[in-house]
Amino acid sequence: MGRKLLTEHINVEGIDTLEVYRKHGGYRSVEKAIKTMTPDEVVEEVKKSGLRGRGGAGFPTGMKWSFLAKPEGVPRYLVCNADESEPGTFKDRQLMSKLPHLLIEGMITSSYALGANTSYIYIRGELLYVLRILEKAIAEAYAAGFLGKNILGSGYDLDLYVHPGGGAYICGEETALLESLEGKRGNPRNKPPFPAVQGLYARPTVVNNVESIAAVPVIVNDGGDEYAKIGIGRSTGTKLISACGHLNKPGIYEIELGVPVEEFIYSDEYCGGIWKGRDLKAVVAGGSSVPILPKELILKTAAGEPRLMTYESLSDGGFVTGTMLGSGGFIAMDETTCIVRNTWNFSRFYHHESCGQCSPCREGTGWLEKILHRIEHGHGTERDIDVLASVAKQIEGNTICPLGEAAAWPVSAAIRHFRDEFEWHIRHPQEATRPGVVYPGKAVLA
Amino acid sequence: MAKITFDGIEVEVPDGTTILNAARTIGGSIVPPAMCYYTPLKGSGGKCRACLVRVAAGSAKDPRPMPKLVASCVTPVQDGMVVENTTSQQVLDVRKGIVEMLLINHPLDCPVCDQAGECDLQNFAFEHGVSTTRYEEERRTFEKIDIGPLIQLHMTRCILCYRCVYTADQLTEKRVHGVLGRGDAAEIGTYIENIIDNEFSGNVIDVCPVGALTDKTFRFKQRVWFTKPVNAHRACENPKCCGKVVLWYKGKDVMRVTARKDQYGEVKEWICNTCRFDKKETADWTIEGPAHIDRSSVISANHYELPVLNAQVIADLPESSVRDLEQNPPMRLGN
Repeated sequence: MGRKLLTEHINVEGIDTLEVYRKHGGYRSVEKAIKTMTPDEVVEEVKKSGLRGRGGAGFPTGMKWSFLAKPEGVPRYLVCNADESEPGTFKDRQLMSKLPHLLIEGMITSSYALGANTSYIYIRGELLYVLRILEKAIAEAYAAGFLGKNILGSGYDLDLYVHPGGGAYICGEETALLESLEGKRGNPRNKPPFPAVQGLYARPTVVNNVESIAAVPVIVNDGGDEYAKIGIGRSTGTKLISACGHLNKPGIYEIELGVPVEEFIYSDEYCGGIWKGRDLKAVVAGGSSVPILPKELILKTAAGEPRLMTYESLSDGGFVTGTMLGSGGFIAMDETTCIVRNTWNFSRFYHHESCGQCSPCREGTGWLEKILHRIEHGHGTERDIDVLASVAKQIEGNTICPLGEAAAWPVSAAIRHFRDEFEWHIRHPQEATRPGVVYPGKAVLA
Repeated sequence: MAKITFDGIEVEVPDGTTILNAARTIGGSIVPPAMCYYTPLKGSGGKCRACLVRVAAGSAKDPRPMPKLVASCVTPVQDGMVVENTTSQQVLDVRKGIVEMLLINHPLDCPVCDQAGECDLQNFAFEHGVSTTRYEEERRTFEKIDIGPLIQLHMTRCILCYRCVYTADQLTEKRVHGVLGRGDAAEIGTYIENIIDNEFSGNVIDVCPVGALTDKTFRFKQRVWFTKPVNAHRACENPKCCGKVVLWYKGKDVMRVTARKDQYGEVKEWICNTCRFDKKETADWTIEGPAHIDRSSVISANHYELPVLNAQVIADLPESSVRDLEQNPPMRLGN
């Protein structure tokens, strides 16, 4: 059984109240950091921990913090990205609704480390009930003197606000999030300047994922070196994986990075295998935007090594035979899943969520969806597959923000690994559109 | 000052200059095209992706190439930067892709569009695009929105460059139009049909790179290449108006009045609606002489000029051409 650093007390009755949370060691990191450490020492611990951003890109958090510009007399901001809306990823919602104080504690400790006196939690608009939970917890923290003026008599001030988004996936992109937080249309900004130099209100800003910030109290309490002992290589610590799809036990699991994918899917400690005794067909390992991998490649790398749940192992082989850990949205598909339909579904999402600011994404996401819709509904032509691949390539890397890539990768990967199935769809439209019939190249529903 | 190498040509520009503007100081055919960037409008650029270039070396300090192509209109230069535009096949291929993306939902109704002949999208597609399409799906269309008696909004033609939004933001007192919706359903509009009524509203027509915003007083009157552009000015009562315009004549009649544009199609001095819509008699104006037209070649048909070339870029230019260029150096474009 792996250690649980974030979710150890998640099922304790009343853990969402400050009183119970304190009984289980809550807010220790705030006391330790503010009373015994300088801000730079906190940053140093986070650097030592090797913590990598849990929002998807996996950029080392400590390094991100040390990039923050610190001009004299200019306020700095910490913004928590709680706009979790990637299809397949639902870990932050759970963490925030069950353990609101863990996030608040992390925000206080992190804000102290960064020298921010005002911090924001930008929460996905659909999670209104979580916003209420957070606001209640923040009020408790203010009353207990963990927020507000002169925290714990140290002279450090911090105000924490929760701001709901308006229901757009794009506002999870950090610069679009900042625009939205400023009250503008959530369009991503051109970079440079990066938020570390000119972020919220053109001030130096750090934007971190909920789970990254929630890991900070653990790191401060136990020390960065201790945290770094968990995991393998540059993938340190624990990660929340939201497993969904055709699994016996879908749900949110806190794993120590380094668990083999095979164990994660099949062992009873985690997902307990594929449902109804069926065979695994494919896995999307890190939220809908990362490349899909067929069973053979998700369990073992191209070199035959067992694939592990780490940043490095999952991306082994690049995008030819690998994928990404991403945000930990683990979607498993059994043998009855139609890959074309699934790819169309993902594309439909990105088409709907493109902000429409830059041309390759605005036009390209719609084009991809329309072609996939046609293929799925039996009107595909032989040329379509090549056009799909080429349009995806035209979007990838040429857009302002990573939504372009997020829309292109699933399509390119599906064609790379399941080209036969696309061709079968195009050549046998009548069979392919009949309900319950799946590409016979693998196994058909018994 | 920063020294950069653009397509093999060295140029020194002040720090903070964008790659595009550095290229414009060189001039000629190596300048990346720009569909959304507009120098006088703060915050514009980065959206159309037409100006993407490859940075082969980031700076003298860190000579690694940048991982992705960058939008030259918003990326500032670094000392020692090496940029490839026309010398990179990757850039040219991507640009072809951008043309394709911009055109898949464009109605291509150039034969009935007032902008034809002075349309940035037309020029861009002609120079960088392919002549066939792979797009078989239905094109996106929009209902026409009435935004007043002077300007026609034809959203179906729009490429969402945001120029008109920035113009209204920075030129007029209150902006009543903006971008509504998102993705490929995003549209320029006034929230619940509103009239754009402002002394400087007519400038959105000039900044529009396509035929999405056209002059209602000129609509369907004349093809632009049949009209004759003449520079003129008047002492305008409006202190914010420069009074310097181009009159477009057909015979004795002034068909329309526009602000003056430079060789990159940018208006540097704005004009008011009185000058644009109300002063359509020759007697209202002091005539300066024929306006210089370039890039939009159909208008200047029969006014042949030597092409603007960078001899350094084209290695094997015939000797006669080199001699010719030396004797008649290419015009520095502009008015």
